[in-house]
Amino acid sequence: MANLLIIIVSAVFVNNFVVVQFLGICPFLGVSKKTESAFGMGVAVIFVMTVASLVCYCLYNYVLVPVGITYLKTIVFIFVIASLVQILEMVLKKFAPALYRSMGVYLPLITTNCAILGVAELNLTSAMVTNVLTATLNGFFSGIGFLLAIVLLSGVREKVDKLPIAKPLKGFPITMICACFMAMAFYVFGTVAL
Amino acid sequence: MMKVKDIALDGLVRQNPTLRLVLGTCPTLALTTLAFNGIGMGLAVTFVLICSNVLVSLLRNVIPDKVRIPAFVLIIATFVTIVSLVLDKFMPDLYETLGVYLPLIVVNCIILARAESFASHNKVGAAALDGLFMGLGFTIALTLMGIVREVLGKGSFFGIKLWNFKIEFFASAAGAFLTYGLLIAIFTVVYNALERKARRKNFSGAFAIHSEEQQLAKEGVNNG
Repeated sequence: MANLLIIIVSAVFVNNFVVVQFLGICPFLGVSKKTESAFGMGVAVIFVMTVASLVCYCLYNYVLVPVGITYLKTIVFIFVIASLVQILEMVLKKFAPALYRSMGVYLPLITTNCAILGVAELNLTSAMVTNVLTATLNGFFSGIGFLLAIVLLSGVREKVDKLPIAKPLKGFPITMICACFMAMAFYVFGTVAL
Repeated sequence: MMKVKDIALDGLVRQNPTLRLVLGTCPTLALTTLAFNGIGMGLAVTFVLICSNVLVSLLRNVIPDKVRIPAFVLIIATFVTIVSLVLDKFMPDLYETLGVYLPLIVVNCIILARAESFASHNKVGAAALDGLFMGLGFTIALTLMGIVREVLGKGSFFGIKLWNFKIEFFASAAGAFLTYGLLIAIFTVVYNALERKARRKNFSGAFAIHSEEQQLAKEGVNNG
């Protein structure tokens, strides 16, 4: 139980994927213009991250390690993620067309979201991850952390867009500066000893 | 044949992946606490970029259009695996510092973007040059950011201690965002000024931006 709590706090706040570990910055900056789309992206990421953690962890420990081809892990992982996204897209299209329409555009983008590959890689080295269950949980809560960060930033951006901003700072620079203040807030969580 | 100068200027300035297109942001923010890390990461990406561009360009008539993205990703992943094995063997220190960001070169958007938008419909030589200059543009931007953050945040320059004064903020995550944002802003201001100057002097100056159509038309001519 205490272990579970540590995973949650660590994945969502202390080691937040976006503002602390710099993974998944591209969608963080690219899809955070509106809160609605940011939320859609975040939910899609949670979904893929959870399943990818489960599948990649199992594949690594029960296939790659026994066969002795661990050096192929990156290739295997990226293949798993790409196919997973493809399957998810087809399943959603067939069984949940409404959800597909709202999430559809973000799904292909997820393949090149480094947070997904990142969680698969980090699950192998992280001290907290000891079995399949913790790997999956770590994936799920890292996804929650991503959702939290992207929704927060989109809220800030919606407000900032209405302000008069010096021309050279418009667009990416001002977004980076907003993210800078968010990172400061998250930095405080890092001082919490776990 | 697209001019070498054009490709070089595109990669280094006009379409600089880090400062103008804002692609491949994760390693840019994460690894630039030290200038040396910036160079290491930049060169690793440059190598992968050249190799993947060449291979994609060679296979451009073989890969079916429908499965091109998975094929590109697989090509890139192969070269990234090669790089990480080589670094692990010969430069273990750099391998340790780059850590998880090394396998993550696979999902660096710059590489996939160049495969998709340039290498898949250009000749091998042009694709290799494009990879080289895009990679160098990325390396220069990363090194620049590394220098700024190292001097301000650690008081040193490429590991050589300069003074005791340091603002630790710049070595932290928040400092990375701030430095990157300001660097883009400064680059845009300088770029726009140079472009205006070039345009006043000569309409098709070196810094004039090609419109999308022009670019496409050019590429169409190359293919034909």
